[in-house]
Amino acid sequence: MSAPIQAPGTPSGHAAFRHFPLNAWYAAAWDHEVGRNLLPKTIAGKPIVFYRTTKGRAVALADACWHRLAPLSMGKLRGEDEIMCGYHGICYDADGRATYMPAQETINPSATVHSYPVVERHRYVWVWTGDPALADPDMIPDLYMNDDPNWAGDGKTIHVNCSYQLIVDNLMDLTHEQFVHGSSIGHDALSESDFEVTHAGNTVTVTKWMLGIDPPPFWKRNLQDRYPDYEGPVDRWQIIRYTAPSTVAIDVGVAKAGTGAPEGDRSQGVTGTVINTMTPETDNTCFYLWAFARDWCLDKQVITTRLREGVSNVFFEDEVMLEAQQRGIEANPGYDFYNLNIDAGSMWTRRIVQRLIDRELGTEVEETGEAAGNAAREMSTLTGAANAEEQQNANGGTGQGAEAAEAVARHREQPTAGLMGRGF
Amino acid sequence: MGATTHKRWGKARVLDVCEVAQHVRQVVLEPERLEAPAPPGSHIDIGVYVNGRADVRSYSVVGMGAYGSELILGVQLARQSRGGSAYMHALRRGQVVQITQPLQNFPLNYGKPGYVLAAGGIGITALVAMGKALKARGANYRFVYGARSRSLMAFVDELAAEHGNRMDLRIDDEGASLDVAELVDSVPEGGELYVCGPTPMLDAIKAAWAKAGRRPADLRFETFGSSGRFAPEAFAVRIPRLGLETLVPHDVSMLEALEACGADMMYDCRRGECGLCQVKVLGLEGVIDHRDVFLSDAQHEAGDRLQSCVSRVVSPRTGGLAGADGQQAAITIDVP
Repeated sequence: MSAPIQAPGTPSGHAAFRHFPLNAWYAAAWDHEVGRNLLPKTIAGKPIVFYRTTKGRAVALADACWHRLAPLSMGKLRGEDEIMCGYHGICYDADGRATYMPAQETINPSATVHSYPVVERHRYVWVWTGDPALADPDMIPDLYMNDDPNWAGDGKTIHVNCSYQLIVDNLMDLTHEQFVHGSSIGHDALSESDFEVTHAGNTVTVTKWMLGIDPPPFWKRNLQDRYPDYEGPVDRWQIIRYTAPSTVAIDVGVAKAGTGAPEGDRSQGVTGTVINTMTPETDNTCFYLWAFARDWCLDKQVITTRLREGVSNVFFEDEVMLEAQQRGIEANPGYDFYNLNIDAGSMWTRRIVQRLIDRELGTEVEETGEAAGNAAREMSTLTGAANAEEQQNANGGTGQGAEAAEAVARHREQPTAGLMGRGF
Repeated sequence: MGATTHKRWGKARVLDVCEVAQHVRQVVLEPERLEAPAPPGSHIDIGVYVNGRADVRSYSVVGMGAYGSELILGVQLARQSRGGSAYMHALRRGQVVQITQPLQNFPLNYGKPGYVLAAGGIGITALVAMGKALKARGANYRFVYGARSRSLMAFVDELAAEHGNRMDLRIDDEGASLDVAELVDSVPEGGELYVCGPTPMLDAIKAAWAKAGRRPADLRFETFGSSGRFAPEAFAVRIPRLGLETLVPHDVSMLEALEACGADMMYDCRRGECGLCQVKVLGLEGVIDHRDVFLSDAQHEAGDRLQSCVSRVVSPRTGGLAGADGQQAAITIDVP
């Protein structure tokens, strides 16, 4: 058996696919996590220390002193915008330029640490890990619902022991809700409904409508926030919008069945946006920053809390599965993924990411590949999809499934144990 | 990604060597493997042969070639210098050399309200790529390029064409010398001044910067310690404690001469920054030409120590001392 030769730019639906581009904005933290303290985080394999100046500007410096690479995060803040290394006292300003050196009267002109471009937007602190000359803030994914007066919501950060790409995969195919989240948002209709995949530029959209179904418990309750007496069927939608390399905003909701939601009239329903942005930490760990924003009952803080904790529980079910999947990948080095029709959305995201990486490394296929890429980008591919029911039988009492179930049960007893201890 | 990058050596092929100004040659290298494009302000180290001995020199990367895989250097033949430039000028097309991946000690900071780039002579090589990057980003910048005469100025026509009226040429023999106070004054508040040029120019700018009360970290400069107040001369050096005495030829550094005569010297940066090769001055016949950026002005004046990798001694006559005709330069030192 010979391994297929993979040309750069070809789709990467492979288990071993774990790479990330560096020329990208990654959400490093929630705004409230960065303050007048030193927050060390590894982002895209780079150790970085985050803090704020006294004027409130977020700063990201390489977390390694120029002198002998001791972590600056073990030092302390000094003055308006400086950080002092805890080892020999070298100080750096927010641009990473040394302002004080011990035992000499001058400052060594080479004494700098990299200052990463930082932009604070929509409640996240975004950091650019690649060539700073290319850091264009307009490339930050538009997650305005996270701090828009017409939306209310909140979210959390989960540190997940899996490649960020596995979470992108997870979100691009919500068929899994039926099996992983059966008690909250899962529904048989999820795997029985057709979906449509389109892509353009660095975005991919997967759209699924489920018409005239009984709402799952999570959505029944949400709809009753607005229409307390409604008990009937609903039209449910999931419109998944991916922006490379790792942001997925999902337009979700239900409306009273037959009131025109598929045609654009959602006035008889409730709409939420599940905001997900995944930040690679290492090749096989990541930070998962998520939020749930809603368009109903904006003044009800109790709903914000209920949804945040509810979604948190739902995502813990994902976390358990994803970490088990990562271990599965590592425990089966000779095996690769088999990609199904339901993986179309994920396959597009992987292809886009691979192209970004190729462009960054200068390994992109030359003009033919580029031309084909352009042509493909201009053409919006539609993929009608049928069900892949046969693969769903695997959800029985296998090792990983049992492990997941057990961990979920444990988590239910102590709902915050799996989340609060991580990444906050 | 701290400023000092681990040096990864590899092969590079010489694609082209051509004269771009009087005593300046452009050397185009094609690395066998380039991990990433050379960022503005970066340099490479290159293996050279000086006096039959393998040695290392640093040269700024002027830019990347048209194919994005070549590194362009600009090398001034320093007649009295250490010999690395003579080796570089003698390179021939097709020759293979050893170089590092681009190293970054002089990073350009984006997003400032304004920039002034100030190059003196061959110092232009460190600033060409910065000018290009600032222009590409639509930054507010001024590019000052000074030299004694136009024939000595590498890349001058290309730069004038590229930067138009942002380019400000200051050519001594055309009657437009650099006004250091005006230069400092033209840097907007919160902006940055990037300097690469001979030590006297850098010293004057540092002094003007301090005098204007500007923030030290906003003055960025790079030095390779290759120029001083005086042309290099041969001088004698003695270490009484070790019973050593040697002559430092005009084209050899004091550090190299001391090593050659058996002193066990400590050093690292070899461009006058780090302070490791410092020696104690016990006696002096002549004047010290400090070429480092490690010691402060006050320490330079005190004259009780020097950085042996770059600093030199000139004769009393050269140094302008009265009544010392014919006396050779000599220094008595002790080493750690």
